[in-house]
Amino acid sequence: MKPDSRFELLEPDVPHVAVHFAGQSYRLPEGANLAAALLAAGVKVFGRTAQRGVGRAPFCMMGACFDCLVEVDGESRQACLMQVREGMDIRRSGQAQEGPYEAR
Amino acid sequence: MKRVDLAVIGAGPAGMAAATEAAGAGLRVLLLDEQRSAGGQVFRNVDAASEVRDKVLGQDFVVGRKLTMGLAHRDITHVTGASVWSIEDRVVRFVTGDEAQEVCAEHVLLATGALERAMPVPGWTLPGVMTAGAAQIMLKEAGIATRDAVLVGSGPLLYLVAVQLLRAGYPPRALVETQTRGDMRGALIHWRAALRGWRYLQRGAAMLNELRNAGIARFVGAREVTLLGRRRVEAVHFRCGGTVHELASDTVLLHHGVVPNVQAARAVGVPHRWNNRQHAFVPEVDRWGRTPVEGIWIAGDGAGIGGAQVAEQSGRIAGWAIAQALGGITLEERNARALPLISKRAIELSIRSFLERAYPPYEAALVPEDEATVCRCEEVSAQEIRAAATSGCTGPDQLKAFTRAGMGRCQGRFCGLTVTRLMAEERGVDPDEVGYFRIRPPIKPVSLGALAALHDPNDPLEQVGGHD
Ligand code: FES
Repeated sequence: MKPDSRFELLEPDVPHVAVHFAGQSYRLPEGANLAAALLAAGVKVFGRTAQRGVGRAPFCMMGACFDCLVEVDGESRQACLMQVREGMDIRRSGQAQEGPYEAR
Repeated sequence: MKRVDLAVIGAGPAGMAAATEAAGAGLRVLLLDEQRSAGGQVFRNVDAASEVRDKVLGQDFVVGRKLTMGLAHRDITHVTGASVWSIEDRVVRFVTGDEAQEVCAEHVLLATGALERAMPVPGWTLPGVMTAGAAQIMLKEAGIATRDAVLVGSGPLLYLVAVQLLRAGYPPRALVETQTRGDMRGALIHWRAALRGWRYLQRGAAMLNELRNAGIARFVGAREVTLLGRRRVEAVHFRCGGTVHELASDTVLLHHGVVPNVQAARAVGVPHRWNNRQHAFVPEVDRWGRTPVEGIWIAGDGAGIGGAQVAEQSGRIAGWAIAQALGGITLEERNARALPLISKRAIELSIRSFLERAYPPYEAALVPEDEATVCRCEEVSAQEIRAAATSGCTGPDQLKAFTRAGMGRCQGRFCGLTVTRLMAEERGVDPDEVGYFRIRPPIKPVSLGALAALHDPNDPLEQVGGHD
């Protein structure tokens, strides 16, 4: 089934592997950039900010903004600097619950 | 400790060209880069790209393979996935995954390239908002296209990304452009530079044509840009002429130019000066790429924005100059190779000044309005920074104590320049007088475990001390 996502794989016929993200299982293209693959799979929020607990998602895709920070197999890592491997256990970083929110 | 003649930080056009020339002159070169393959951002993952991607990204991307080919030299060691976190007294420390390493380098060339200029409009931190460069990186790196995007800002990259998405089969919804027609007219007055840049103009016109034929809406001279939404971005609000627009969109790509990525240069103590045309701090380098700090060189966009071609030229020039400094080639050889390239570079750079005038950054994001978040990591608004400045906070370092701005995990990469501009404005002084955050190692995160593994616990000469 096509995930609800604004990101489209131009070459969808590549081998996919299973990973876990925030307790759900996903099939992602093996070896693809992890941040990009998660976005394409429909993940919208990668972590929450420390102060206000609002959602964040990849912003720069070049290792500079740290908004793609997640926990991969227990280590805090920038998803945009990693590749998809079979069986990765990925968690959101930061606070678990949603904070009050206003755009600014 | 392992020793090399030259450590190059960054495998974009400048770093690749420098490594190639230096190794060609007999130097042992270590090339460190964060990505999994050479290319930098402009040629990201170029060797792995496929037919589909090549077609979408075009000839300007594919040419990068000429540069990556040069790295196949026995005296170049290219370490991929390497984040450099400290450079001190010629010792370069880096991590790959969770393994730390260090190497002693006679010379260090910083080829750390550019960052996209922060565009702090209200709502820019919402999920669903990325830089246009990020969308392009996803195309290059993963063959993933962004669908139904609204692109906001100014500059040639905005058009390029729009056209590439269009060619990929996912035309953007609209372009909301912050430059005005007056900016272009003003730039054309500098006709000498414009004439030299006619190739760029022509290419720009072709791109605009392609977008027009595809029926993609363009709003030129947009003002009062605000991104609206609660949990993620939902709409782009702006004024264009007398009309207020609100485009529904859950995917917004921002871009208004790039700035030198100076984190490493600052950390090693290279002096920087404010550049009024680039609206950014630029490190002090001579025409060879040499900085006032012994053994430290800078080439490419990190030394001031010039684009991929200038970066490649500067990389070669620095490669020869470093080879000469180490006796690999003579002064005459260096000059014979480098001087013609230095003249070519000057012409290429003059085109830049035309582009800077035609596509200036969005003023309201250089000195953002009160409610805009400036520091993304610590969530500090422009208003809080202004308030600190008026209540006696004099500089960016003091501001950290006042507001925590710049203390987050990105270490000021996306708020530093805005903080300087805001404080300069409030105090009525030059950005140079305000200065910038003091950058100290580690400039990239490094785990304690990785650090501990670096040190030999039985080494009696080792002094243990913490970073402050
Ligand atoms: S998206 Fe910015 S660091 Fe990964």
